[in-house]
Amino acid sequence: MILSIASGKGGTGKTTVATNLALALGGGVQLLDCDVEEPNAALFIGPEWTREETFYAMVPEVDEDACSRCGQCAELCQFKAISVFGDTILTFPELCHSCGGCVRVCPEKAVTEVGRPLGMIRTGNRNGLAFADAELNVGVAFAPPLIRKVRSETLLDRTVIIDAPPGTSCPVIAAIKGTDFVLLVTEPTPFGLSDLKLAAEVVRILDMPCGLVINRTGEKYEDVHAFAEEKEIPVLMEIPFDRRIAEAYSRGEPMVAGMPEWRERFLDLYERIVNIVEHRNPERNV
Amino acid sequence: MNELVVISGKGGTGKTSLMAAFAALAGDAVLCDADVDAPDLHLILDPSTRFQTPFQSGNTAQIRQEDCTGCGLCRDLCRWDAVREDFRIDPLDCEGCGVCVWFCPEKAIDFPPNVCGEWFVSDTRFGTMVHARLAPAEENSGKLVALVRQEARKIAETEGRSLLLTDGPPGVGCPVIASLGGAAAALVVAEPTVSGVHDLDRVADLASFFKVPVMVCVNKADINPETAETIRRTAEQKGHTFAGSIPFHEDFTRAMIQKQSIEEYAPEGEAAAAVRALWRRIVEQMGSGLEF
Repeated sequence: MILSIASGKGGTGKTTVATNLALALGGGVQLLDCDVEEPNAALFIGPEWTREETFYAMVPEVDEDACSRCGQCAELCQFKAISVFGDTILTFPELCHSCGGCVRVCPEKAVTEVGRPLGMIRTGNRNGLAFADAELNVGVAFAPPLIRKVRSETLLDRTVIIDAPPGTSCPVIAAIKGTDFVLLVTEPTPFGLSDLKLAAEVVRILDMPCGLVINRTGEKYEDVHAFAEEKEIPVLMEIPFDRRIAEAYSRGEPMVAGMPEWRERFLDLYERIVNIVEHRNPERNV
Repeated sequence: MNELVVISGKGGTGKTSLMAAFAALAGDAVLCDADVDAPDLHLILDPSTRFQTPFQSGNTAQIRQEDCTGCGLCRDLCRWDAVREDFRIDPLDCEGCGVCVWFCPEKAIDFPPNVCGEWFVSDTRFGTMVHARLAPAEENSGKLVALVRQEARKIAETEGRSLLLTDGPPGVGCPVIASLGGAAAALVVAEPTVSGVHDLDRVADLASFFKVPVMVCVNKADINPETAETIRRTAEQKGHTFAGSIPFHEDFTRAMIQKQSIEEYAPEGEAAAAVRALWRRIVEQMGSGLEF
């Protein structure tokens, strides 16, 4: 099973849930941190790294002597990553989406693809827990190719937990699309609710089963529960606001390490997710 | 006109709560919510829309089934595996590159433009606000961010305002890059946690990369005073301006529930006092010309 953890709003506790769930389950699990803009899961897992490599996106390089300046590449490119002005041909690798269209369209075979480094991908493990993450180079705009690269590390014989980036657009889609279940994490505040609604809409568009963790409960704000009930999103876990949890988090200490009672609760959360995935009726949405 | 962009790297550090307080304290700034993925500033500022405009950006390929011969070339060429077995294109996977459209031997692929959100110009009790909503599961948030900032700048100039306050998105990717270019300064709101420190470093480097002067503040500082102190020292070592510390305080959530900024909800409280001190420091810095 591949389980993704997403939120809409940032800072609601995705990484807390992902890392604690992975540590509670222990060996046989793989954790993929797909928040490549700000990857944090490794800070809580402390993996021993086994591999680190640069990930490259393919971008065009033009052989100016072979180029006839016909301009078809510039006409095809939807992202303005290649331009021809009179005798000058320019490429803008930072705008390129690596579609390969310019290479194929060039009648002179003057365009080839070269690698542009997007970031580093790392794999490692900690006590049998397999781990992978990636870090987008600062100044690089496109996260999705690197997210897809992290997902390509998926081990098929494992339970896989994906820590997704915040938001509701392409990076989130790249992280959660095609997974078996989305666990949404929110906080019981107006901002948390507003962004939960957006995240739930993304999940609806993708037609995926989902459940909810409400983090930092305590303050009187019932609207998140009401929304979950209205949309029939099961609330699978609540984590109360507790200064000890916040302080442990600030030091990079997982809850399951310092507060063993949480191990059972995360295992229980996992069991509830497995039940939902197993009982989901595939006919329902046909 | 000066633009201050509030960013954070890590999400949920309190950007928007601070922005709302700054809006109240500034009084006559133009306000811009550049977190178009998950905007929240409107929940406090309660804007009434002056006008709204659809945001059109990019295209999505669509195969006309009646003209498709099933040759499979589009599927071979598509680098996003967006062409399904039945020769329909999954719009969520389509990157909008147009390669299939160009090369289809039957010219059987249409390429209609996407409407992927809308943007608004609104009135709030603290001034004009420009904000947007990217439709869920859409692309091109960076372009929408660039658009709302551009419109907000125009309005600031038309209205003769000296300050534009922009609430930025989390992360370091395309929407954050789009929110930084040309800003007078970036305020990074950090939290004193291992994640917060890591993410602060990256987003501060990003702002410096785009030659935007960086100010740093720590929110929820008392959750880990040692780490908060490390952040202050590191910021100063790197030549950033350390602009202040805000304590963890329940007033922030309570103010949010009342749809108020902390300056309106509990002006006498210690959290509001800390925010005012932070704001004074920011104004001082922006007035004196920033170095980084």
